[in-house]
Amino acid sequence: MDSVSGTQKPLIVLKARKGFSAIPFRDLLMYRDLLMTLALRDVKLRYRQTALGAIWVILQPLAGAGLFSFVFGTVAKLPSDGIPYLVFSFVGMLCWNVFSVTLGKSSASLIGNAHLVSKVYFPRLILPLSTVPGVLLDFLIGLGMFAVLAVIYGVPLSVNILALPLILAIAFMMALGLGMYFSSLMVTYRDVQYVIPVLVQFLLFASPVAFSISAIPPKFQALVGINPVVGMIEAFRWCLLGTPVTNVGGVIYSAIFAVGSFFLGALAFQRMERRFADVI
Amino acid sequence: MSSNLALSVHGLGKEYRIAHEGQRATTLGEAITRRIKNPLASTSYETFRALDDVSFEVEKGEVLGIIGRNGAGKSTLLKILSRITEPTHGEVRLYGRIGSLLEVGTGFHPELSGRENIFLNGAILGMRRREIERQFDAIVDFAEVEKFLDTPVKRYSSGMYVRLAFAVAAHLNPEILVVDEVLAVGDAQFQKKCLGKMQDVSRQEGRTVLFVSHNMAAVNQLCTRAIVLHKGQVKFSGSAAEAVRWYDSPGSLEFATTYSEDRFRRPDPDASLEIQFRKLAFPTNKTQNTFETGDPIQFKATLYSKTGHSQFRLGLCVFTADGTPIGSIYSPENLEINSDTETNYSIELPATHLAPGQYFMGLSVGTGGYRGSVKDFDAVFDVLHFEVVPTTREEETYTDWNMAWGRIQFPSIDIKPCPPQSGIKNMSVEAIR
Repeated sequence: MDSVSGTQKPLIVLKARKGFSAIPFRDLLMYRDLLMTLALRDVKLRYRQTALGAIWVILQPLAGAGLFSFVFGTVAKLPSDGIPYLVFSFVGMLCWNVFSVTLGKSSASLIGNAHLVSKVYFPRLILPLSTVPGVLLDFLIGLGMFAVLAVIYGVPLSVNILALPLILAIAFMMALGLGMYFSSLMVTYRDVQYVIPVLVQFLLFASPVAFSISAIPPKFQALVGINPVVGMIEAFRWCLLGTPVTNVGGVIYSAIFAVGSFFLGALAFQRMERRFADVI
Repeated sequence: MSSNLALSVHGLGKEYRIAHEGQRATTLGEAITRRIKNPLASTSYETFRALDDVSFEVEKGEVLGIIGRNGAGKSTLLKILSRITEPTHGEVRLYGRIGSLLEVGTGFHPELSGRENIFLNGAILGMRRREIERQFDAIVDFAEVEKFLDTPVKRYSSGMYVRLAFAVAAHLNPEILVVDEVLAVGDAQFQKKCLGKMQDVSRQEGRTVLFVSHNMAAVNQLCTRAIVLHKGQVKFSGSAAEAVRWYDSPGSLEFATTYSEDRFRRPDPDASLEIQFRKLAFPTNKTQNTFETGDPIQFKATLYSKTGHSQFRLGLCVFTADGTPIGSIYSPENLEINSDTETNYSIELPATHLAPGQYFMGLSVGTGGYRGSVKDFDAVFDVLHFEVVPTTREEETYTDWNMAWGRIQFPSIDIKPCPPQSGIKNMSVEAIR
């Protein structure tokens, strides 16, 4: 193009990109410290100026599970595959929280950090991704709580637990994929932030978090199967409680959906990323 | 020579599309209903060119100043260079790691302690954790906040906050550093420290710095070279001193000294314009719009009136470059203008006692003044930019006026010793002008 280009190879060339661009793995790796620092910031800030502090991490899902086991187990007397209802719904909540909290936080991550987006460069994907460590931490604490419950209620552990990382990966990927897409959409249309809570609420009741899939009449089973969260929650229960999976195909569908949503979400994010600083 | 480039910019352009009033959908619902109602309509956009075919090169170790008025495209250029936004045309080639400092304390969180914020801010600016740990003591030392490291920064004084924020940024180690006017913060002493630090960065460590500022003195002092941006284009490129001189010279950027209808900001769009400003200019015998302290400030105004008017007055306000009003005056209400003719007036402000620095004026023509019932036929703002420089007339001159001393240099001071004995000696000292 000119005489300069021959003598020296530029480290970075900045110019208008068109169409889809690849996910910048190298860049993400270089900024991994930022990812951890942002995650640490969120964890530190979450329970500042609260009296109970980190106890909320346990209290929140426990209260949810307690409520569900009362409404669905005691009042509605739904079956729970032979597991004490509290443990049954707590495990459901554990997996559901990983999904819904990651989805909620990653969706809000861009506009929540608008001041960073408009003032410094870093791979923007860091923002939705940085929600993962915090959620993972909460999950591990919740897992400890589950161990306590399992001892109290005498629920035996199964070897299936070895598959836990795989199922967690499905939950995170599914949530991040949607979250990345929503977060970039939210930059232009703030409406999305009001849609997400409704969507999450809807999904919660459309998924077997607080009830067993066997409680649903057979003619609706197929309809429920469209929901990719179903297979994920079933697999998660199978993993921690050893309950049978009603539909193996549903689990595979969940996994494919998760991987697909993750990569498509990341690509869509990358495509819209260029406009973030100009619009946000 | 070309093998030693730090960065090169080729034909860089950035366009923003501005949708016409009421045509832009800001909610999803609006976007959808609009599409349904009118599926074929395309929103009409106006294209605004923030940058237009900008090209320049910077060599390693150079400190390039980027000067230009508000809206000249400096911020857009910085945002592209620091990878916050993408250009529409052209490209930038970076031959090294770039770090940018568009504001001080980006990402600081008030609830977190100083220590936590150092790590947070450092990471946001692109530093690795190991790097921050290595520099931690130096940062704390530079900021002078040892005692408050574990206090949430919301309890910091604003001075401490800024010092800490700058300290982190100053220890950023990219090969190319992009700095926006972050030096316009903190007290004078700290500013000096920051300037010194930036000088070290370029001179001793051989790093490339791009420095954007309104502060001509700082540009002059820090930069080896400078470019002047105006309306998105590079209008001048040369040594820092040349660029500063060019920037200040009349006619270089047309609006700096003379009137041009489309570029004037009229604060009141509904002014009657019974009498209106046509042209404003500093005397042509001056080489530039620079006045020495103590000089009278003279300029010419060309007014026009369709109907003619007698007994009107001129109002004048002097502002610092950042828009702070310094002082105002209304002329006596005894000016006259004939109908349908342009009339020239020579205007002089004797002995303003303005301290060295950058200023501009706001002018009005109308009736009424100090006693109220002000009615302006026309008013213009952000015109007649000028600089006041230290006088060269006298022996006891100074080279630098500290902004912390204010904007008025008092003309004289009387000091009388009053011994217990009778017979007071009078001593009058004329101030160092």
